[in-house]
Amino acid sequence: MPTLIELKDGVCRALDDPFTHVADDEALPPGDVIISLNRFQAEGDALLSEGRRVGVKLEADEEVEALAYDLPRLAVVGLVALNFPKYRDGRAYTNARLLRERFKFGGQVRAVGDVLREQAHLMVRVGFDAFEPADDASANEWQAAVRRYRHVYQRSADGREPAFVEREG
Amino acid sequence: MYQYDTIDKAMLADRSAEFRGQVARRLAGELTEDQFKPLRLMNGLYLQLHAYMLRVAIPYGSLNPAQLRKLAWIGRTYDKGYGHFTTRTNLQFHWIKLADAPDILDHLASVDMHAIQTSGNCIRNTTTDPYAGATAEEVDDPRVWAEAIRQWSTFHPEFSFLPRKFKIAITAAPKDRTAARVHDIGLVLKRARDGALGFEVIVGGGMGRTPYVGPTIKEFLPVNRLLSYLEAILRVYNRHGRRDNIYKARIKILVAALGKDEFARQVEAEWTKIGDAPDLPDTELARIRGAFAQTAFATLPAQSEAFEAAKAANPAFARFVRNNVKPHKKAGYGIVEISLKGIGDTPGDATSEQMEAVADLAEQYGLSDIRVTHEQNLVLPHVKLDDVPAVWAGLKAAGIATPNINLVSDIIACPGLDYCALANARAIPIAQQIAGKFSDEDRAEAVGELKIKISGCINACGHHHVGHIGILGVDKKGEEFYQLTLGGSGAEDAAVGSMLGPALPYDKVADAVDTLVDVYLRERQAGERFLDTFRRTGVTPFKEAVYADAH
Repeated sequence: MPTLIELKDGVCRALDDPFTHVADDEALPPGDVIISLNRFQAEGDALLSEGRRVGVKLEADEEVEALAYDLPRLAVVGLVALNFPKYRDGRAYTNARLLRERFKFGGQVRAVGDVLREQAHLMVRVGFDAFEPADDASANEWQAAVRRYRHVYQRSADGREPAFVEREG
Repeated sequence: MYQYDTIDKAMLADRSAEFRGQVARRLAGELTEDQFKPLRLMNGLYLQLHAYMLRVAIPYGSLNPAQLRKLAWIGRTYDKGYGHFTTRTNLQFHWIKLADAPDILDHLASVDMHAIQTSGNCIRNTTTDPYAGATAEEVDDPRVWAEAIRQWSTFHPEFSFLPRKFKIAITAAPKDRTAARVHDIGLVLKRARDGALGFEVIVGGGMGRTPYVGPTIKEFLPVNRLLSYLEAILRVYNRHGRRDNIYKARIKILVAALGKDEFARQVEAEWTKIGDAPDLPDTELARIRGAFAQTAFATLPAQSEAFEAAKAANPAFARFVRNNVKPHKKAGYGIVEISLKGIGDTPGDATSEQMEAVADLAEQYGLSDIRVTHEQNLVLPHVKLDDVPAVWAGLKAAGIATPNINLVSDIIACPGLDYCALANARAIPIAQQIAGKFSDEDRAEAVGELKIKISGCINACGHHHVGHIGILGVDKKGEEFYQLTLGGSGAEDAAVGSMLGPALPYDKVADAVDTLVDVYLRERQAGERFLDTFRRTGVTPFKEAVYADAH
């Protein structure tokens, strides 16, 4: 099971993951699960009514708009996981940013798949706050990567002041 | 010129520190080449046929003398004493050692330079008119917007892993010196009847395997909404651009597949949802604009006696002026183009000594302003006509006073098989052979404007599709052959060239160009450039002559 790193109040911590990833053709174990959009649409209501937490994993070619109706409850009793099939597939960055900025999603947005520390600062900027690193990065290494840049040039979902605001003093 | 402030400098320092750590991990064996490759590419470091190549960004082709001297010094210290200016107005060093790369980035950062986003599927260096701030043709200074885009696109959190690389060009003059219509996004700055500034937005032009002249998707975008509109375009592309095939991943393929109207509709819908949050506040635009305000011009008479006397006395100087000196918006000034296309030289190469000579001339006579053109030449945009003779003498001493701007020997060529792992064929020797055919300066001038562009493979780094004569290297059973196209243009009359006929062997290309020029000289009517004659006559007379010779 991959390490889970969570970013909370600016600090990265390694945690035991309470969620289990479950593929579409696997039987459901007890407890909190992360399932595909398809499976969530078919079984999500039933699973949630059992009292467990349910995360939805979106593939790179699935758009977050498909979850618009479910986001309010997922924020409370679940999470959204965005998959990077390759680190260089950048579609999840758009999904994450829209989750935060357009849908005001306040729950966990988790990066899964080919998740590398070299992209950590970009992921944090678009609103990811949980990571399943594919490169065995420790929480400390993740933290260093996230804090590497003292300034940013653009507004994004992390709310950091861009350079043009800093300059106004 | 724009001066980096503490924030801009901190960005470079942080980047440099990050890369130093990555190189250390690679050299210590903690990273494999496979793991390291994307990291070095993010810093412009390519592994080529013989060595590492470092591509240094020159944002919108603008340099000050200290920066050019630093590039010269790096060339001398870490390379073989020269550098190569590219069609993205960047500079490449072709003989770099990996262990030196972090130090080089620190030296670059000491003069506010870097190699950020010179590679990878991100927003690359934005290019603009090399005459910006100097030509009377422009409606406003396009560098203001190029700098705004530089900052906005640097380490963009959402758009650093696009389907493919992404190139933006901005021009503010009707005469397009940026090839805006063959970019992923071309922006043409315009003034409305009420005086308001806006951009014509062209999306989905490009070269490579499937060349397109880009369609206009918005006739007039108010300038202060530029960044939110770019965000909308990039978001539609990031989500819907193809990622299954590298050759179909550029935005041009998406625009062509959807059709320009549907693409424009999707952008407009996204733009509406975004709102104006990404746009820069007026205070920041004013700050950037202030950096480009040019106040150091002297009040001079339009005519310079020293300049006129030098022209009358020296035919070689007069020829240089005819071809390399362009009109300036201020009376008594000229724009001086420096050709890096000396006959027999490698197009775009400059030695460290030549870079230093240009830096000195810029400091002494050119308001410390130097530009790089996408045609791989340099420009001193602000030279007093009184000083042009001295500048010419300085360039001549450095071996870079070749009077051939826009002429047949002012050739764009990619590095080709001499350096590049992707190439099928050599490009540089072809350029040298063609230039050699036209070493007679009178003949070259009589031929007039003729843009020859050479690519060593279908990726089209030499822009062959938009050459008046385009030359594409192809591999035929292990031998170098060259496909000629005619009638292309990357300027305001943009067009993709059409095929002349079967590909020619290596040793026949320069002769064929010679023949094409002869046909043009025979067929041309008063005032016609090669391109105009070709467009009037069509391909037939050219084709007949070349293939009659070939057999």
